Amino acid sequence: MIDKVAESPKAAVADIRSGSTILVGGFGEAGSPANLLHALLEQGATDLTLVSNNVGYNDEGMAALIARGRVRKMVCTFPNYAGGVAFKKRYLAGEIELELVPQGTLVERMRAGGAGLGGFFTPTGAETELSAGKETRLIDGVMQVLEQPLKGDYALIRGKLADRWGNLTYWRAQRNFNPIMAMAATITIAEVDEIVPLGAIDPDVVITPGPFVHRVTACPVRRS
Amino acid sequence: MEKRKLSKEEIARAIAREISEGDCVNLGIGIPTLVSQYLPSDLEIIVHSENGIVGMGPPATPAEADLDIIDAGKRSVTLVKGAAIVDHATSFALVRGGHLDLAVMGALQVSQHGDIANWKVPGEAVPGVGGAMDLCSGVKRLVVAMTHTDRDGAPKIVAECTYPLTAKGKVSAIYTDLAVIDIRADGLHLREIAPGWSAAELQQITGAPLHFEEPLPIIGLHGEKAS
Repeated sequence: MIDKVAESPKAAVADIRSGSTILVGGFGEAGSPANLLHALLEQGATDLTLVSNNVGYNDEGMAALIARGRVRKMVCTFPNYAGGVAFKKRYLAGEIELELVPQGTLVERMRAGGAGLGGFFTPTGAETELSAGKETRLIDGVMQVLEQPLKGDYALIRGKLADRWGNLTYWRAQRNFNPIMAMAATITIAEVDEIVPLGAIDPDVVITPGPFVHRVTACPVRRS
Repeated sequence: MEKRKLSKEEIARAIAREISEGDCVNLGIGIPTLVSQYLPSDLEIIVHSENGIVGMGPPATPAEADLDIIDAGKRSVTLVKGAAIVDHATSFALVRGGHLDLAVMGALQVSQHGDIANWKVPGEAVPGVGGAMDLCSGVKRLVVAMTHTDRDGAPKIVAECTYPLTAKGKVSAIYTDLAVIDIRADGLHLREIAPGWSAAELQQITGAPLHFEEPLPIIGLHGEKAS
């Protein structure tokens, strides 16, 4: 019997080791796996590389991990906003590394990683500072940049419904990076509103199919 | 005519004229967000938001707010009838793949060649690029909304950008508080001007040559009634 249900966020993240690369879903707070992040905070893993659109808010989620010195490197698109104080403080002190990636490139690098591709050429960022040192090629008359696949040891994501096979649905724009990150990690852990019986989610409605997902746990959405 | 600058709302109203029935558009944070307020109510357009909304509606009232329906600036918004939700990879396939008719965004500098700089201020602590480079690379028409000069009065429209570039040669038109300028292969073309200003005055606060034919029309505002 396939049963990917973990009894709690704490149980779901118990084996995450220090030094891991973790893909963290969400855009702002929509679709953020905040319960899993706080379970990780309690769990103690450190020297982490986090990949996410933002850097958390105030002392919540990723920001709480960053504030406590648990994050070595941040791969993200937009760390510069009022709530990103924890990142800013560490960054200015030289205590955290930043890899800034254009948003479409970030998600496509993970899609490539999850889909077994060796990278892709994109016009995004061509002839800018963010493509310095990267291979370029003129394709159909447009300068394009070779971008590498990006994978995680873990992905932490948020969905709406799951079943014990790990099939997932999402609510509204909570979806964002979550289905793509699910594809790109060795172990994908999803927190959801509710775990429903197998067969309760119509096959046409499943957005992330079970083989991309390794653990699911039900918990109310946590917001700051 | 009283000499004055356009307000943010007036810049947004002027830009609204760029949008036609059926267009799929991305409106950035700031002045661009205001544009949708000045579209005729019977015009059907599709507003795209980077975080996977295709068919974004007006800001949500507190009663309507769903914290999982937000725009690129993380504000609560609504969905229109006919809206679709997609993941980030599909959202940026729309962006890079040339499926958006128009994007409107702010900028720190725009050059006479249509180069745009808006992701990094030299000397500022933390940069942030978001989806700006992707939008510039793929959209059919890129329009910039910004003030004509910076806080110190220095031109933001320049011969060559000195700030780090977001994209090269992508801007089609610039809407400022003083002018509407088209960018063509041979440089900047002054299309319209703010009330009471002369082309000569505008040239003094613009960092590259302006092409123009006088008399210049006053900046037209979408939906403005003839007085």
